Amino acid sequence: MPLYLTALFVLLATALAALASGRGRAANLVGPLGCLAGCGLGLFAAVSALTAPVPPVLRLPWSVPYGAISLTIDPLSALFLLPVFILGAAAALYGKGYLSGLAGKRHLGAHWFFFCLMVLGMALTVCAANAVFFLVSWEIMSLAPFFLICLHHEEDRVRTAARTYLFAAHLGTAFLMAFFLILGHLAGSMEFSAMARVAPDVLGPYAPALFFLALAGFGVKAGIVPLHVWLPEAHPAAPSHVSAFMSGALIKAGVYGVLRSLTLLGPLAPWMGQTLLAIGILTGVLGLLAGLGQGELKRFLAFSSIENMGIIFLGLGLGVLAAATGHPGPALFALSGLLFHVINHALLKGLLFFGAGSVLHAVGHGFMERLGGLSKRMPFTAGACVLAGAAISGLPPGNAFFGELLIYVGGGLAAMDMPLTDAVWAWTGVAGLAFIGGLSVIGFTRACGMVFSGEPRTADAVNAHDPDPLMRAAMWSLGLLALGAALAAPFLFTAMLPAARLLLAGQSTVLPVLPSEVVNPETLLTAAASLTFGAAALALILAFARSRLLAGRSVRSHGTWDCGYIRPAPRMQYTASSYAEPMTVLFRRLLGEKRRFTPPEGLFPATGTSRFATETPDRVKDDFFAPLFSAVLTACDALKRFQHGNLNLYILYLLATLVILLAIALGFAA
Amino acid sequence: MDMISLAHAAVVPVILANLALLASSRLVTCIRLVALQGAVISVTPLIFESGPLTVHTAVLCAVALGLKGVVFPQLLHRTLRRVVVRHEIEPYLGYPLSILLGILGLLASLWLAGRLGVPAASYRSFAAAFATILTGLLLIVTRKKAFTQVMGYLAAENGIFLLTAVLAPGGPLFIELAILLDVFVAVFVMGIAIHHINRQFDCIDTDRFCSLKD
Repeated sequence: MPLYLTALFVLLATALAALASGRGRAANLVGPLGCLAGCGLGLFAAVSALTAPVPPVLRLPWSVPYGAISLTIDPLSALFLLPVFILGAAAALYGKGYLSGLAGKRHLGAHWFFFCLMVLGMALTVCAANAVFFLVSWEIMSLAPFFLICLHHEEDRVRTAARTYLFAAHLGTAFLMAFFLILGHLAGSMEFSAMARVAPDVLGPYAPALFFLALAGFGVKAGIVPLHVWLPEAHPAAPSHVSAFMSGALIKAGVYGVLRSLTLLGPLAPWMGQTLLAIGILTGVLGLLAGLGQGELKRFLAFSSIENMGIIFLGLGLGVLAAATGHPGPALFALSGLLFHVINHALLKGLLFFGAGSVLHAVGHGFMERLGGLSKRMPFTAGACVLAGAAISGLPPGNAFFGELLIYVGGGLAAMDMPLTDAVWAWTGVAGLAFIGGLSVIGFTRACGMVFSGEPRTADAVNAHDPDPLMRAAMWSLGLLALGAALAAPFLFTAMLPAARLLLAGQSTVLPVLPSEVVNPETLLTAAASLTFGAAALALILAFARSRLLAGRSVRSHGTWDCGYIRPAPRMQYTASSYAEPMTVLFRRLLGEKRRFTPPEGLFPATGTSRFATETPDRVKDDFFAPLFSAVLTACDALKRFQHGNLNLYILYLLATLVILLAIALGFAA
Repeated sequence: MDMISLAHAAVVPVILANLALLASSRLVTCIRLVALQGAVISVTPLIFESGPLTVHTAVLCAVALGLKGVVFPQLLHRTLRRVVVRHEIEPYLGYPLSILLGILGLLASLWLAGRLGVPAASYRSFAAAFATILTGLLLIVTRKKAFTQVMGYLAAENGIFLLTAVLAPGGPLFIELAILLDVFVAVFVMGIAIHHINRQFDCIDTDRFCSLKD
């Protein structure tokens, strides 16, 4: 605990120091360095808390009603602290390089102030053990990114994105307040420990309402469909180190919230598992399908984050379903798999956003159809992105593969042992996970292929180059951690287990010592790791042998996309839309893809007369939220009659309100 | 004179000043009335003090008297000289009606004091204090000149001061002094604001602010 508090203190001090050191280079030195130090300390604290036999606890009185500065770093909290501090440190390193060109042009002191505040807020959020304190930390964590997204506020889309983010964050918090107030009322205390002790028969009638309140409130942050609309707006608009942190860590706060509220809601019920499973499949499939229609790199990555949230919720759904139907062993498999995926996604998505940021930094935009051939100009970035893309699609031996493997095995084991009605759910989950994995491969081959291979489609991409050493160091660190996570998968599983057990603590069934008697997870993971890494090593050896064999001979290399055609031009290359077309055609109805097509006319059509364009709008946003908000706006317009600008009448309103309140108060007194 | 009759005696000028404030259109008169009312109210803590005089009360009264009786009128006179306005012309609500409302407010305050069960010793003072607050708010709502609204604000503050003296005699000194300091700053700022409004709009009529709304 002291180490954790020191880390928080360092972050706070850094925030203030950065704010005091102005807009220029000084702030860009103080901010990242302090953030790095704070996150490093925090990482030690998280690891030591993860291995501590008894969770560290701190409780101090607080003057806020029902509030207490109550912190508990139990295994679940410690696990979620890992992405916070890892990405906080990596993003600070990357951000220093990324922002160095902006010193003086933007207020970097304020930027680093809010960055540290965001990391601090999230570190508090995942450890808070009092609802009031949790909500305060949650708000700090939710408000700070607004100012970070606004860095390039002169762009229209950035302002729109920041506003969308702010609305979403606020609406989410409103649900959470309702959730905690009801639960706190039932428990008679705002302490999580008291909430967890509410008797099931007291909680029973409220459980569905509470479950859906928590799901809505935390789901907005996590970006589950249909509450995901802020994510594809905010991520591309934010500077890349901020999007990396938001996508890698911040949205995980939503996952943490759902997990934590499940521990507060008493015994798990099958319908909870089914709901979570359905949401998971929906989010995973729709997220990536929508992502296939996107032309902007970071926007695609945002949709990929939504898809990964789908995988996490799918794993959670499987775990809860298995636990609720009396299969704690498979439940532990699925839950530890989802926790593992939280860490994996944090590392890989952070790395991918850094990669996308490097492309943006070098080229100035992220529109895939205008890029291409960057692997020759930015070999490091290309390598990192391709490897991370393959890993995040769940391909072995990437680290995400091992997390998903655990979910598969958990779902399969549970399904084999369940009655048919539940087994259908579980098998659907397993099939959904496989489908999501396939879609993800399409998505990432498309993104990486368009951006990195082939020839530059426009002049933008010609002069690109790899980012500066600081940014590369940040990418290296995340890449090596991801590799380490893959190699150490069996050990990491053991580290996930206490948190997974915590989630099942409210169940009446006795938890088995090892998750399953049928399959030993550590043996399974060790076997999987040795097999896949063995295969990867074999591929490397073969590649090496090939280069050795070819060393003495002459090898001719040709232009990419040459194909014997005499006058190839970069425009002839396969486009991102055509690559995704088979999938987007299949799901056109669902996605609401819009096509504008002017066919060529005559035998010899004149140039420039025919046209073809597709666009994939966000249907949830356009068909649900937009009408909803415009209806609210219309209703609020009626209030404008009272906003006439007459100061005297404004004060009269106040006076009238006071008199009426006085009358009411006296009336009640009588 | 005993304490109760002294308190009653102090109430009279306060209420008269309220009615006169509502009736007068000359801004200089308004300043003097508010200053007079402020000066009377400044010494009321002495009356309501039970037991011997404490340093606390003495300091409070001295500071209040200095500010309300001397400093504020000076500042306001200076502002008035700068903006060259003499009269409140065409208020939203006429003077006779204002006085009528003021009397109604006084009656309501008396009823309120009875309704709340204020002890007989401070009954009238409470009513006067509340009526003063209402008068101040009424001035703010019904007058057009920014300057008269400042008068209303000060009158309301006088009422609050008196209410404090009646309800919580011997309250924490620093809170009361802090409030006085706030009012001091407010008068200062309002003086400057009025000056700027005058420069911007060539008058200090607040109805011109409507053009500022979005």
